[in-house]
Amino acid sequence: MSAAAPEVARGESRLETARRFLAENPAIALIFVFVGLFVVTDIVNRAQSGHAFLAPTQVSTTFLYAAPLALLAAGQTLVMLTGGVDLSVATTATAGAFVASGTGRHGAAAAILLAIAIGFGIGLVNGIGVAIFRVNPLIMTLGLSSVTLGALTIYSQRRFVALVPNIVNTFGSGRFLTYIPYDLLIWGPIAALIILGLRYSGFGRMIYAVGDNPVACRLAGVRVWQVLLLVYALCGAFSAVAGILLVGFNDAADLGIAAPFLLPSVAAVVIGGTSILGGSGGYGGTILGALILTVLDSLLTILNASAAIKQMLYGAIILALAWLYAWTSRGE
Amino acid sequence: MTTAAATADRRRPGIHAARLGRRHGWTLGTYVLLLGLVLYWRTVPPVWGSFDVQSLAIDALPFAFAAMAQAVVIISGGIDLSVGSLMSLVNVISAKYMATMSFRDALLFAGALALGAALAGASTGSLITISRVPDIVVTLAMLFVWAGLALQIQPIPGGGAPLKYVQLATGQWFSPWIPSGLVILLCAFVLIWLPLRRARSGLALYSIGSNRNAAYLSGVSVTRTRIFAYSLGGFFAGLAGLALTATSGIGDPLSGQYYTLNSVAAVVLGGVALVGGKGGLIGPIAAAFVLTVVKTILILKGVDQNWAQVIQGTLIIVVVMIGGLAIRERRRT
Repeated sequence: MSAAAPEVARGESRLETARRFLAENPAIALIFVFVGLFVVTDIVNRAQSGHAFLAPTQVSTTFLYAAPLALLAAGQTLVMLTGGVDLSVATTATAGAFVASGTGRHGAAAAILLAIAIGFGIGLVNGIGVAIFRVNPLIMTLGLSSVTLGALTIYSQRRFVALVPNIVNTFGSGRFLTYIPYDLLIWGPIAALIILGLRYSGFGRMIYAVGDNPVACRLAGVRVWQVLLLVYALCGAFSAVAGILLVGFNDAADLGIAAPFLLPSVAAVVIGGTSILGGSGGYGGTILGALILTVLDSLLTILNASAAIKQMLYGAIILALAWLYAWTSRGE
Repeated sequence: MTTAAATADRRRPGIHAARLGRRHGWTLGTYVLLLGLVLYWRTVPPVWGSFDVQSLAIDALPFAFAAMAQAVVIISGGIDLSVGSLMSLVNVISAKYMATMSFRDALLFAGALALGAALAGASTGSLITISRVPDIVVTLAMLFVWAGLALQIQPIPGGGAPLKYVQLATGQWFSPWIPSGLVILLCAFVLIWLPLRRARSGLALYSIGSNRNAAYLSGVSVTRTRIFAYSLGGFFAGLAGLALTATSGIGDPLSGQYYTLNSVAAVVLGGVALVGGKGGLIGPIAAAFVLTVVKTILILKGVDQNWAQVIQGTLIIVVVMIGGLAIRERRRT
């Protein structure tokens, strides 16, 4: 990293230079972390089983695994940009998964649309609570998440013919041209839409403005509640899409299908450099955050870490990366 | 708000009452809600007696301590998502080693564990202040660390506690109507929180939650107070974990999971503002009892457990929505 700073100003320590470089190029720093982790995983894997991890198949697998997390984190990014947090993304995804497999016998298109509509609906309820009734997002989404989970448990106990549509299976776990996962066809356009939309559309700029200073927004005539309502509803819809991909990957829906992704979805956004206070960040970083967490998961699996060690390391790494980010963006 | 009164003598009590109402109205509401629920609860089972009160106290004890832990941190302007997993950790350690101890040793060990939990909380607080990473992220990371540690120490439920220690929380005090769990809770509240709230450190806690810059400018050490808040929260979480051991009799690495989110719900229901600086511990304690009574009533009525979850979640949302509307109305006037 020292090569990237050819002109070291007088009296500036090398540490300071590194800090400034990282602060100015967060995405590059994240790519470094991602590639670094990949190389470490490769070395560990070679040492353990003699196979390379740095192979096209593994890269493709990493992207395949990362897609549901990245989609959950997409909604989370939007919500966190407005200064909130959505802790119902996992149960909303589970709802999407259940609806997609439960109504699969009526045809794939109907099942998928219904699942996304349910996700949108759950998000809308969150939005109504947060935007209109001014409930704290943490409480609103947690409460609704517990309601959704209870309702899903009741639904799953009823007679219920699960049939995951073929196309959902293909998109959740298939690949074309040997290496390219189908779920990239879903994730890619959504990612492009979010990144470009956040940067160039009026609504996108409004999300940043609302997160940065809601009072100023209100005084400037922005209908803050409408922005929040749509953001939470979109978050629900993206979560449902992630749930559909997950049920396609697992081929069956169960109540815990998305639960392990809840906290990683927050972690991916934080690692990606979106401020939890809202107003700054973007989806590009979140994508890298999701990829980093996915590789990390593979690394821990290869190391044969027990669930306990895995959790502890996971916590330590989230903290370390968040700390690194806080350190780089400090000062000035 | 009858501020139109002319003479100063008549105005003063009026303002005072209004201020008291503003300050304690929500807490009072929580208690009225609790009273109403208890009155209703009495009519549900065919025979309602001291046994029901006992089991309520046993159910609510860990929850009430968890709510206290969360409340202290939220009052100081933070949030602690690691409360539940710290509880699991203390629960697991205590059940693993207490099983073969005498009562006296078990008590000493419990004291040491509570202090250890306070230390764990202090380390979380220090990490937050040193790293300047938002509270929610650091405590989220600590959630994983404590949960992993608990899983490492005892992967499957097991262990135990001396009978006398169990009775400490599940027994009774003079009459079967006074569960000893309730007495312990009251003791912790009166002996720890009440003096602290009046003391300099307690005041500092409220001041940094209310306005961090103003607190700093008036000479409060914000860093030290934040660490103090987290260590006090850790101490209460430790008590909650010890209560779990006493009320359940075993150690379970997943036992605390339920409490992380529910403690936040109890705190909000108990009238502590999530932005910090407002409320006390007595409200969240009542809220913990409210949520437990609701659960008990639903179970007694034979409602399916999942429906009970739906109803409880809806109740929390509706109460908080009404609270939000009430605050908005007041601001408008």
